[in-house]
Amino acid sequence: MSTRVDLKDLNVYYGNFLAVEGINMTIDPKSVTAFIGPSGCGKSTLIRTLNRMHEVIPGAYVTGELLMDGENLYKPEIDPVTVRRNVGMVFQRPNPFPTMSIRDNVIAGYKLNNNRMNKLEADDIAEKALRGANLWEEVKDRLQQPGSSLSGGQQQRLCIARAIAVEPEVILMDEPTSALDPISTQAIEDLAVELKKDYTVVIVTHNMQQASRISDMTAFFNIAGTGKPGKLIEYDKTETIFSNPKEKNTEDYVSGRFG
Amino acid sequence: MTSMGDKAKVKARVGDIVFSRLARFSGIGILVILAAVAFFLFLQGLPALLPGADFVGKADNPLSYVAPYIFGTVYSSIIALLIATPLAVGIALYISHFADRRFSQVIGYIIDLLAAIPSVVFGLWGILILAPFLNPTYVWLSENLNWIPLFEGQVSATGRTMLTAGIVLAIMVLPIMSALIREVFLQTPRLHEEAALALGATRWEMIKMAVLPFGRPGIISSMMLGLGRALGETMAVALVLSPASIVNFALLTSQNSNTIAANIALDFPEAGGDYRSLLIATGLMLFLITMIVNMIARYVISRRAAFSGAN
Amino acid sequence: MTTTAPIIDTSNTLPRRFSLFALGGSVAISLSVFILAGFTSEDGIPNFFGVGVLAFIFYMVISFIASRAVEGRRKAADRMVTGWVTAAFTLALVPLTSLIWTVFSNGLNRMDITFFTNSMRNVLGEGGGAYHAIIGTLELTGIATAIALPLGILTAIYLVEYGRGRLKNAVTFFIDVMTGIPSIVAGLFAFSLFLILFGPASAINGMAGAVSLAVLMTPVVTRATEEMLKIVPNELREASYALGVPKYLTILKVVIPTALAGIATGVIIAIARVIGETAPLLLAAGFTTSVNFNPLEEKMMTLPVFVYTSYAIQGTDAQSYVDRAWAGALTLMLIVMVLNLIARIISRIFSPKF
Repeated sequence: MSTRVDLKDLNVYYGNFLAVEGINMTIDPKSVTAFIGPSGCGKSTLIRTLNRMHEVIPGAYVTGELLMDGENLYKPEIDPVTVRRNVGMVFQRPNPFPTMSIRDNVIAGYKLNNNRMNKLEADDIAEKALRGANLWEEVKDRLQQPGSSLSGGQQQRLCIARAIAVEPEVILMDEPTSALDPISTQAIEDLAVELKKDYTVVIVTHNMQQASRISDMTAFFNIAGTGKPGKLIEYDKTETIFSNPKEKNTEDYVSGRFG
Repeated sequence: MTSMGDKAKVKARVGDIVFSRLARFSGIGILVILAAVAFFLFLQGLPALLPGADFVGKADNPLSYVAPYIFGTVYSSIIALLIATPLAVGIALYISHFADRRFSQVIGYIIDLLAAIPSVVFGLWGILILAPFLNPTYVWLSENLNWIPLFEGQVSATGRTMLTAGIVLAIMVLPIMSALIREVFLQTPRLHEEAALALGATRWEMIKMAVLPFGRPGIISSMMLGLGRALGETMAVALVLSPASIVNFALLTSQNSNTIAANIALDFPEAGGDYRSLLIATGLMLFLITMIVNMIARYVISRRAAFSGAN
Repeated sequence: MTTTAPIIDTSNTLPRRFSLFALGGSVAISLSVFILAGFTSEDGIPNFFGVGVLAFIFYMVISFIASRAVEGRRKAADRMVTGWVTAAFTLALVPLTSLIWTVFSNGLNRMDITFFTNSMRNVLGEGGGAYHAIIGTLELTGIATAIALPLGILTAIYLVEYGRGRLKNAVTFFIDVMTGIPSIVAGLFAFSLFLILFGPASAINGMAGAVSLAVLMTPVVTRATEEMLKIVPNELREASYALGVPKYLTILKVVIPTALAGIATGVIIAIARVIGETAPLLLAAGFTTSVNFNPLEEKMMTLPVFVYTSYAIQGTDAQSYVDRAWAGALTLMLIVMVLNLIARIISRIFSPKF
């Protein structure tokens, strides 16, 4: 249940504006890859191309190829909606559906798509996903309560449970802890490391320490100046990026000289 | 990966297409309805504007017929605005800056209650309660102050005057206006208010310095909103006003210029032929007038970026 | 040579109870003026409204002089404005209280079973009731809602979720125009429509009335629904898309349920607004004294038209007509207030927190 992701000559556009240019990289299965870089460098934009969420914005499009296990997700025949059923996403601010209970939130990926399943199946899937997100013990007695009744950190783990309940190939996390307190952040980070046993995880973070703590590979992005497209500067094992980077740009960023 | 994909792809497409078409169709439907309104009214009103129309003695020609009613419509609404605006500002100020929080919430609800009362009830109250109540005052004004042109003329015996109608209209538009102005006042940036207070300003001075300038576009647009409502109001005027087909500025007589809307309400059920077309034509004119007023109001709102937050 | 003044100087403020005493004194003076000068009704009771106005004038004069002398110009101005603003507020409450009081006290005269179970068929004096009018109001408002609800909500969905470019601008603009249609013009339209489509014999009927109400309701429903849809955070839509849910299912199963409480509130308020409309129904649905259950044929009586005609078109016993008018007004007012209350309760209890 996890996949190798290849990006080939990926260019990301908002209308006429080229936001990210010429990305070539390979993301290994069952690993955690971090995208780091200063604000506006395009890392969030890039991660949203991995599940074709980028196109939701009117006028936005992508050129190049995105291969998962060899299949190009940007082939014209492929419906973005299908792609998103195979790639899960967790957002910066926890966004459980307020009109649904905790349990219904977890199986939302099935319910919203009108997938019929009987109650026992649904309960099983919910429990499995909640255990996978390290949330089961805390909510098992109140599954019928609304999703918004949880704390911030719990809500975010709920969103992670929701994402893994549909058994995706890849899990994307777009700055998942920037709205959380340190303790919840710790919990999410531990979870991300556990998840890599079964999924390919890509995480965007502006917190370098976080990247160095949890990721196996790190990609550093940067822009040449305002209005210029973002580019992949360096992509290597995390230890290398942080202790022995090859590019001066990377070294300046990780040592805090800018960013 | 495409195993689940193919089936779902086709289904989703159909659902998306059907639903988005439905929504779009609905939007177009709005345009169709409005075009229909304009078209049918124009069609029905046209006979009155053609030469040779026969108004069975009720009118000589469309223009001379409608002139007093246009006057009455505008005049009564202006009176209503003159009375309602300072009151609305005062109430809004009271609720936003003078009363304590809980009390002002309750009061807000009560004022909004006024907005919910149907116009026919206002009309009934106006003619049966307000008019007789104000009549002694009118008599006094007519006897003692009739050198003022507005108070000239034979005073009405029933109190059913232009002034009474203006007062009833004012009471009717008051809740909407004060609600809008109250919203705007509440949105005054605390920064500005605190800056004024920190300089040692009294409450009134702070309001003068921070609240009123910020709220001015809101006050203006609420005036336009109130004007729009007053122009179209029918039943309250139909019940309260004692009508005549003349242009009359006097406030206290029983010979008052009726409004277009009230005139239609009074005459339409019995009207036929070209005269009915004439009434419909006046209705179109009213629509045009209110549309222009509303457009000016939207324009004023859109110009001030600071105000868009209040909406 | 150094004088030590207290840090906060209170020598130039009026005592705290000042306003209260000034007000009490003003009322006393004003009352005596009225009684002594003979501005009273036959029973010797002075006109309280007049007493109030005069008392207010006295209060303002006294406060101004005292405050100006003791506290200075700026504080005096502040007191004056406080007085004006409070007066404006009190003044606004007077007609409201009077209106509610009158409607209740006069309307209660006919709050009897006869009123609610009889029509005006063959009634020229006493007795009779508004049964036919109540039926008409319920039916026509129901039909109007059935038309305006889907039309209004779907249009709002178009504007918020799908609309772009010239069509969207046009629809938004014309919804604005539609909110400004005077109610009588809506009535003229419905009448003209049915006249042209069905001929003079069937021009006035219940359906025409319902159409005129629908024209008035639709823009209100659209605007309210639009506001509620916009409040739904975009993150919820994104969460749904990220799960691979297509757009139409996202709208139907995430956005609308989240906005539902607000939409319901908006619809109820729109209903409350049109249920009291008289002018369009007078023109399009007409006036009748009998019960009519069929909106497609014949005129249909409605509650607001009943109130109006009970007063304006009287038979033999004038007082009973007036009584019926008040009773109808009370019924109408109660219905409208209950609807508003329900709307507020729904809004308070069922709004989702996010």
